[in-house]
Amino acid sequence: MPRFLTRVLHEGSSRGFVTAVLLLFGCSAVALAQKPAAAPLGIGRAATPADIAKIDIDVRPDGQGLPEGQGTVAEGAAIYAAKCASCHGKNGEGASFDRLVATDSGKNFDFATNPKLPRAVGNYWPYATTLYDYTYRAMPFMQPGTLSANDTYALVAYILHLNKIVPENAVMDRSTLPAVKMPARDRFVMDNRKGGKVVK
Amino acid sequence: MERPKSISRRRVLAAGTAGIVGAALPIAGQSADQAARPKVPADPTKVQGPPASDVGGRSPFERPKRLSFSDRRTSSLTPLQDLDGIITPSDLHFERHHGGVPAIDPQQYSLLVHGMVERPMVFTLDDLRRFPGMSMIRMMECSGNGGRVYRREGSQTDLTPQQIDGLTSTSEWTGVALSTLLREVGASQKATWFLAEGMDAAVMTRSVPMAKAWADALIAYGQNGEPLRPEQGYPVRLFLPGVEGNASVKWLRRIEIGDQPFMTREETSKYTDPLPDGTARIFSLDMDAKSLITEPSFPDKLTGPGWWEIRGIAWSGRGKIAKVEVSGDGGKTWQLARLDEPVLPKCHTRFRLPWQWKGGEAMIASRATDDTGYSQPTYDVLLAARGPSTAYHFNHIRAWKILADGTVKFGGAL
Repeated sequence: MPRFLTRVLHEGSSRGFVTAVLLLFGCSAVALAQKPAAAPLGIGRAATPADIAKIDIDVRPDGQGLPEGQGTVAEGAAIYAAKCASCHGKNGEGASFDRLVATDSGKNFDFATNPKLPRAVGNYWPYATTLYDYTYRAMPFMQPGTLSANDTYALVAYILHLNKIVPENAVMDRSTLPAVKMPARDRFVMDNRKGGKVVK
Repeated sequence: MERPKSISRRRVLAAGTAGIVGAALPIAGQSADQAARPKVPADPTKVQGPPASDVGGRSPFERPKRLSFSDRRTSSLTPLQDLDGIITPSDLHFERHHGGVPAIDPQQYSLLVHGMVERPMVFTLDDLRRFPGMSMIRMMECSGNGGRVYRREGSQTDLTPQQIDGLTSTSEWTGVALSTLLREVGASQKATWFLAEGMDAAVMTRSVPMAKAWADALIAYGQNGEPLRPEQGYPVRLFLPGVEGNASVKWLRRIEIGDQPFMTREETSKYTDPLPDGTARIFSLDMDAKSLITEPSFPDKLTGPGWWEIRGIAWSGRGKIAKVEVSGDGGKTWQLARLDEPVLPKCHTRFRLPWQWKGGEAMIASRATDDTGYSQPTYDVLLAARGPSTAYHFNHIRAWKILADGTVKFGGAL
């Protein structure tokens, strides 16, 4: 048992705390008919809005987390040529790093059976918001986290356009991006493996 | 049973690393192996040895190493063939990172838990260590483990256990149950998913069902009795027992509670499984039962017919290993292997079977069954279920071929 707990238990300095600790340790709850959820242990500090805003950068498919700002296909093309093409190819065809553009998915989403079919944004990614989230948090590889919101929207617009998903005049922002329907969206199914005799 | 000295793996490996050891060129009359061997007294009972030390090291005769395939070194594999028992030494635990290994000062570290909670909170490392803690011995496997033998890339016979399946390791993990933190922040009962985010250059994120958070997810700060190694997430990582390793986000800085999956980049063309019916399975987190014979294996050579102990590891992300069967005849007949204690859920389990090699060619293989009744499939069964270009979860039965001269080669799949 950690030293501090031994100390607290011996001193009996906080009955509610001790009760919660005992329940969390799985001790008999017969004599301690108190629900652990009712009593926080009081460890840690409250997060301020600034604490959260500083690192809460994720973007969900419903658009939650997308910031103000916007970007066009043309703007994205310029940024792409300067910051992305060296790794992902001049037109997103892939180079030292991942291919970003692919539109063919075979007759019936043949990725399991056709090893020659590349998986990329256009033919396999279910949500366009993922492109914003990942590009903003982790790209460019050697300068991660340096793109502005406007730059990111522009790059997303350009890559979606290369994949023939949005037109050349598309503008991506917090309302247009979540509305983009990706071709592969309806192909994804939740895991149905559950153990047992059947191999799925 | 003592480890058979006649297995000549050590010689093969030592010769391969002679250049690194720096013992230079063989002296006339010496093999490269002899020249590279550390110098020891002829009789250790006649000379005082070195005194106690602050930090121990391995015998200079033992040089297990992780193996990295590409120049980028974004992953390294555990030398399964060099290990006994079930615990992986921390410095040999496999690695996979997406933005290198970040350097983090534990005094600067904090974990934010927010989203659908009553009280968004920040926890320092001291805070996390102050919570009621727990330890668990559990394996972790990368879901890409074994891909090269499924896809039948390159040479199919000169592969070691490390090269085939080295992206699996077992440790004792210590930390605070995520459920404890969820109670502390007052996580909403309506929440269905949480996001885990790292503080590496990839700012790695994964979405995980809340059911897993409440069941057995761990916020880990300890591994095998010491703080996490940097490459394993120092100072704090998420650890999800039985789940594909990628989701156990390292260098954890943030947990956001939500009511839908966040759909990160690792939930797109990565870590999903296209199926032959034209759909793709997503959030295929649980690792199915699997086993691998680690001795004898390539590049071992059996020095002669007689009794040898077949040894290996088996594991399942769904529970305990119920049994491991071993075949000495390419799958025609199977015998129950002995399982070493402890047999723990979602953990490597060591199996052993004395086996008589009668000389001549033989094919040995192992098949694990877990306590859900799931048995490791043959290659053909897995291929039919998943198709040839699936990219994760390769748990089909592996075989080793013993040649007539005792040489052991990877035998492909049954």
